Amino acid sequence: MNAFLAQLLNGLDKGGAYALIALGLTLVFGTLGVVNFAHGALFMLGCFCAVTFRYLITLETVTIDPENLSPWGTPVEVRTPLVQNWFGDFGAVLVDYSVPISILLAVPAMLVIGIAMERGIIKHFYKRSHAEQILVTFGLAIVLQEIVKSFFGANPIPQPIPSDLRSAADIGVWLGMDPHTLTYPWWRIVYLAFSAVVIGGVFAFLQFTTFGMVVRAGMADRETVGVLGIDIDRRFTIVFGLAAVVAGVAGVMYTPLLAPNYQLGMDFLVLSFVVVVVGGMGSLGGAVAAGFLLGILQSFASMTEVKSLVPGIDQVVIYLVAVVILLVRPRGLMGRRGIMEN
Amino acid sequence: MTKFRMTRRGILKGAGAGLVTLGAPYVFTKGAWAEEFCNDPSKGRVVFGFNVPQTGSYTEEGLDQLKGYQLAVKHINGEGDGGILNTLKPVALKGNGLLGRKVEYVTGDTQTNTDVARDGARRMIERDGAIMVSGCVTSAEAIAQQSLCQEMGVIYMSGLTHSNDTTGKDKRRYGFRHFFNAYQSGVAIAPILAQEYGTERRAYHLTADYTWGWTQEESIKAATEALGWETVATVRTPLGLGDYSQYLTPVLNSGADVLILNHYGHDMVNSLPQATQFGLRDRQANGKNFEIIVPMFSELMAVGAGDAVKGIIGTSNWHWALEDEGTKAFTKSYGEEYGAPPSQSSHTGYVQAILYADAVERAGTFYPPEVIKALEGFEFDGAGNGPTLYRDSDHQCFKEVLVVRGNENPSSKFDVLNVIGKTPRDKVTYDPSIFGGELGPYEPNQC
Repeated sequence: MNAFLAQLLNGLDKGGAYALIALGLTLVFGTLGVVNFAHGALFMLGCFCAVTFRYLITLETVTIDPENLSPWGTPVEVRTPLVQNWFGDFGAVLVDYSVPISILLAVPAMLVIGIAMERGIIKHFYKRSHAEQILVTFGLAIVLQEIVKSFFGANPIPQPIPSDLRSAADIGVWLGMDPHTLTYPWWRIVYLAFSAVVIGGVFAFLQFTTFGMVVRAGMADRETVGVLGIDIDRRFTIVFGLAAVVAGVAGVMYTPLLAPNYQLGMDFLVLSFVVVVVGGMGSLGGAVAAGFLLGILQSFASMTEVKSLVPGIDQVVIYLVAVVILLVRPRGLMGRRGIMEN
Repeated sequence: MTKFRMTRRGILKGAGAGLVTLGAPYVFTKGAWAEEFCNDPSKGRVVFGFNVPQTGSYTEEGLDQLKGYQLAVKHINGEGDGGILNTLKPVALKGNGLLGRKVEYVTGDTQTNTDVARDGARRMIERDGAIMVSGCVTSAEAIAQQSLCQEMGVIYMSGLTHSNDTTGKDKRRYGFRHFFNAYQSGVAIAPILAQEYGTERRAYHLTADYTWGWTQEESIKAATEALGWETVATVRTPLGLGDYSQYLTPVLNSGADVLILNHYGHDMVNSLPQATQFGLRDRQANGKNFEIIVPMFSELMAVGAGDAVKGIIGTSNWHWALEDEGTKAFTKSYGEEYGAPPSQSSHTGYVQAILYADAVERAGTFYPPEVIKALEGFEFDGAGNGPTLYRDSDHQCFKEVLVVRGNENPSSKFDVLNVIGKTPRDKVTYDPSIFGGELGPYEPNQC
């Protein structure tokens, strides 16, 4: 029972990440009709917003101590963090909470990157085939990751969890079990809650605002909305920026779980496409449902009991689900009839 | 008209003169008949091929290894301060190149991919004329390249490879390894584990699912079980997995009180911090503190794992803070050249290039069988690992193995590991037959 609950939590946590990335991907497909293979790179850029913020906030003054030499014979450098000099204890808190605070940097940065990407490259490929869109966005993803590599190097750069959230929550006690029978990292619980808030926010934005209503109308019938005198292209550009922001903030909060490196986007790209295909291309609800479904299935498939029955199932389960869905219901769980069914 | 008259004396004179005429070149080029070999530098340049990951999962280790090779070529050619040429004993290199000729090099990017590594090595041999190929950060790259080099008659000096198979079942006459292996890690770490954590422990292994992971799990499992530890489970994890949560949660209620992470590179950088986040190190199990062990450590990966590495025990091939003269010389040369201390990856690359060059100098020829014989059974000191033997039966280097622990109070970003033990060479020496394999012939193929 404990193992089941622990894997359920893992699945929800993974599912939250999958859903957040897939949400932006399916939003772009649903509005612009673009298959964006650079979406994983946006997640990676979000991670590096956190890295950049931490780099800036931990800038140090460096003085050379000629009295002491390093083992290789050069004078030792003495480093003093600037932010702690300026703000004292508050500076230390800023450094400690650098990951969640860096969302403040990531939101405008990713919005600008998303809009620039759409205006600069993507818009020229609206009327091209999906194959051409995939080629250009895949190329763009490679360019972005090489730029990041040239600035930050190839090694993963770990980001710390705020000290208050570094321990594990004793969930078992909450459920009336003995202490330490079911523990789960606080940061993963925070990430799950964060995913729920962002997903809810995106749905509320599209459901309850005029902007969202126009976007939904544009998704349903772009020409008619245009005939009514609404500049739907401008709104779709903002939607692309919004999708970049969602992927970016998902990346920011994921950095303490997975040390960012320049290849991170590619790792998540395939998974998020499987999620979108299973959920239904262009279906927001489908992306969220499929994200959580696949996350949970993947976690349960890695249980020892399951693997002893079907060895290796943990590595292929989500692809098996995708194959079954494509065979039985080609438009995905919640996809619209006629959209990418063939 | 002259009449030709054949006499017995004339025939004998003619035959004698003919034999002297035809045989003279062989007297002056003794042994030359045998020295027809791939990329013979007497017909062109002396080129080394350095094939390391410059992209992919192990980029940083590969790039640092390349720095070691570049420094070695400088020192062989008489540039810089000479590094370990000042401390290596015995040494035949004079700091004037190789057999009096300047060494050049070409580089390749293996992309941390076995097939790309093999293709790169082939290109270096066929197109660039490399007389020696070196470099790798995975055992799969090493095994692929040394097999190719055996086929082509070119010596391969491996880089960072830790699998028992490299000098075990997949060993080759033309392949040499300076780096230690998983078996030696197990032997070296076991006494320290007994001393630190006792002899009654229950261990849970998470293992990267490829050749290195399998041999490391096998070696560490054997070493810990010999201490009296019980192995609760051995679970294989996909190579390159990012999120290990689904593999870590079963550990919580498994009854284990030790988690052994047979992970390296990005796998370790991810799995170790995640294990810490799950509170494993804050737990008590079976009345003992729960412990995590990473049997194979690398400084670059320890930096990647951040604070999670503090207090974790593992093994290492070499460390820049060792006090011997060879280490000091190399660390100084490297630090002055690149402004940072070297990693074990750059050290093993540097030493391999120097050892190959020294063997050529001692053999007095580039002819591979002679160079191989110069390396086989070679005893040396002053390269940073104490007295070392390049064993002839499997081409594995035998030297002391370091046991290290993640530094609790690092004084700088380079100060991530402390050496807590050194296991002497005789303790990590083993019978080569336990891993099988055949070295193959000395005679080179033509490339």
